[in-house]
Amino acid sequence: MSTETQHDLNIDRSVGDFSYDVEYAYDAGVGLTEATIDYISDVKGDPDWVRAFRKEGYRKFLEKPMPTNWATKDLDNIVFENIRYYLAQGQQPKRSWDEVPDEVKETFERLGIPEQERKFLAGVEAQFDSEAAYSNIKAAVGEQGVIFVGSTEGLKEHPEIFKKWFGKVIPSGDNKFSALNSAVFSGGSFIYVPPGVKVKHPLQAYFRINAQNFGQFERTLIIADEGAEVMYMEGCTAPKFETATLHSAVVELVALKGAKIQYVTVQNWSSNVFNLVTKRGVAHEDAEIKWIDCNIGSRLTMKYPGVVMKGEGARGEVVSIALSGDGQHQDTGAKMIHAADNTTSNIISKSISLGTGRATYRGMVHVPKHLKGCKNNTECDALLINTNSRTDTYPAITVRGQGNAVQHEASVSQISAEQIFYMQQRGLSEGAAMSLAVNGFVNDLVQQFPMEYSVELKRLIDLEMEGSVG
Amino acid sequence: MSTLSIRDLHASIGDKPILKGLTLDIPKGEVHAIMGKNGAGKSTLAKIMAGHPDYTVTGGDVLLDGESILGMEPDVRARLGLFLAFQYPMEIPGVTIANFIRAALQARLPEGQELEAVDYYQKLYAKMDALEVPRNFTSRSVNEGFSGGEKKRCEILQMAMLEPSYAVLDETDSGLDIDALKIVSAGVNALRGPNIGMLVITHYQRLLDYIVPDKVHVMSEGRIIHSGDKDLALKLEAEGYDWVEKEFGAKAA
Repeated sequence: MSTETQHDLNIDRSVGDFSYDVEYAYDAGVGLTEATIDYISDVKGDPDWVRAFRKEGYRKFLEKPMPTNWATKDLDNIVFENIRYYLAQGQQPKRSWDEVPDEVKETFERLGIPEQERKFLAGVEAQFDSEAAYSNIKAAVGEQGVIFVGSTEGLKEHPEIFKKWFGKVIPSGDNKFSALNSAVFSGGSFIYVPPGVKVKHPLQAYFRINAQNFGQFERTLIIADEGAEVMYMEGCTAPKFETATLHSAVVELVALKGAKIQYVTVQNWSSNVFNLVTKRGVAHEDAEIKWIDCNIGSRLTMKYPGVVMKGEGARGEVVSIALSGDGQHQDTGAKMIHAADNTTSNIISKSISLGTGRATYRGMVHVPKHLKGCKNNTECDALLINTNSRTDTYPAITVRGQGNAVQHEASVSQISAEQIFYMQQRGLSEGAAMSLAVNGFVNDLVQQFPMEYSVELKRLIDLEMEGSVG
Repeated sequence: MSTLSIRDLHASIGDKPILKGLTLDIPKGEVHAIMGKNGAGKSTLAKIMAGHPDYTVTGGDVLLDGESILGMEPDVRARLGLFLAFQYPMEIPGVTIANFIRAALQARLPEGQELEAVDYYQKLYAKMDALEVPRNFTSRSVNEGFSGGEKKRCEILQMAMLEPSYAVLDETDSGLDIDALKIVSAGVNALRGPNIGMLVITHYQRLLDYIVPDKVHVMSEGRIIHSGDKDLALKLEAEGYDWVEKEFGAKAA
């Protein structure tokens, strides 16, 4: 059995591999030129400043080199000329469940989103391809003065708030892919929570890619004003296609004095997706930003959620789970930039590598010399299922000055043949035993996800482990 | 037919033979004990019956109610009714006892059928109370950070919940103080009955004061060399194993 476990790993990725024919009302064609950007701006009716922002992003995208000096050479396999940069079903996001196309509903059905949760979607923005297919602000949230709309609507309807923060946390030239996103972004959410408002229900967005060669470039901006609290959840599963699909999102969070933002992601891309995401938040005085992130699937994911702790007493946290199946590479981590005294950051990362899957942790913790009372805790644990699985850890911790404290712990473990035998002796199949052990490994982190996500997450891990043992 | 039957079993690890023609019948309703010196192959026998991948069966058979189980995966044997209480139970970090046992029971149900949660917890708590296992036990990870006594009680709890038709208890007394031994033995005795056959593997006679066997077998060099009733255990405790081996040697010669 043990030898079989080591060698016979064939991941059944047929689960979730499905797509439906969807008519695309707007299509920017293949490839990226300045004309493509004008086309997108025209279709979306962008204000002039957005068109200018896109063009600046496009110039920076062309200037910036691929980060292959430190990242995987696999990035060179992205053929930018073959990608569709804009697709939409219609110009206006859908407003009610009844208006949601049946194909989309069917997709939700296949994803196994429970009936209850679909009803919960009443307070949810679900993005389907590059426009929000469904968007309905929960009455209660609206009554509290909370703005929860698509980014396109946000920049048009609320320019006074949108413009102030947009592109400020992550400038378009931050990296090649944030520049690309700045050029062609569409979809994503804009959220503003007024001072002191604590949003009780998590705001959710579901979306999935459903077109061949289609890059999804959503742009999300969340602002929690002083003392406000909000949790945002996004989840994705994608059907499998023959050719590579690029997903490159930018997410910016702003937590003003004493505010709290939690951003939850459960992501399950199909194994041909390049998922290159830039996520960063700025936490002002006594504010807290927490990224809770789960990455399953994709060909290559590069994602390092960051928190800039700009005000005294600010806190930043990244909790992440990565599962790399056969042929997949999860290159994930966290960035913690301490920019004020008495700021605290915490990074907990767990990765699982299956078959030839590879998990890389990259962490950056920066505490400059002049600061006092800063603390960081970093824990990264890797679980290897096979001897040919791979994990790497690249922690870069720069702590200068005195009176700052840093802790770093890392571990690599394997599920032993004896553990599997023990569980099999209780009647669990080898695959079920593996699945249970993997779920156990991430259990403490899964508990940090909202209830419905932790259930979904467990299911995703089960599906991933199913048939992973020969 | 209602017998766990081991027939002339030969097995080895790598090139090294461990079992050399072991024959033993454990009918339902009986408790048999295997005693023997360290290295006699007692624990190996338990693992081989359960289907441990490190061992190769080179001859003979193991029949569960007349059906050969040797070609089966360990989990298939388990679902068929064979339970092994491990000498060294494995830790499974992050998996609670409640979830573990639940998963094991779920694995026994036909596809599409869900275990009834309320009934499950009722049964679990009843068994825990009988075994004097505190309620907070269920939320702890399987065997993680457990004392020797807790691990063995956890094994017996699993046995009580899974209701096997045959159970092999491998050195269940090892690592137990006298109080824990009494509790664990009481748990095992409570499970005795016409629907289960048990094989108790032990190094010491002490355990057999509490779990009184119907038959006692002496194992040496991968075979059963002597069998008797419960008094045999007392004699072995008093006189050691040398006389049995001599007797067997003389017979063989």
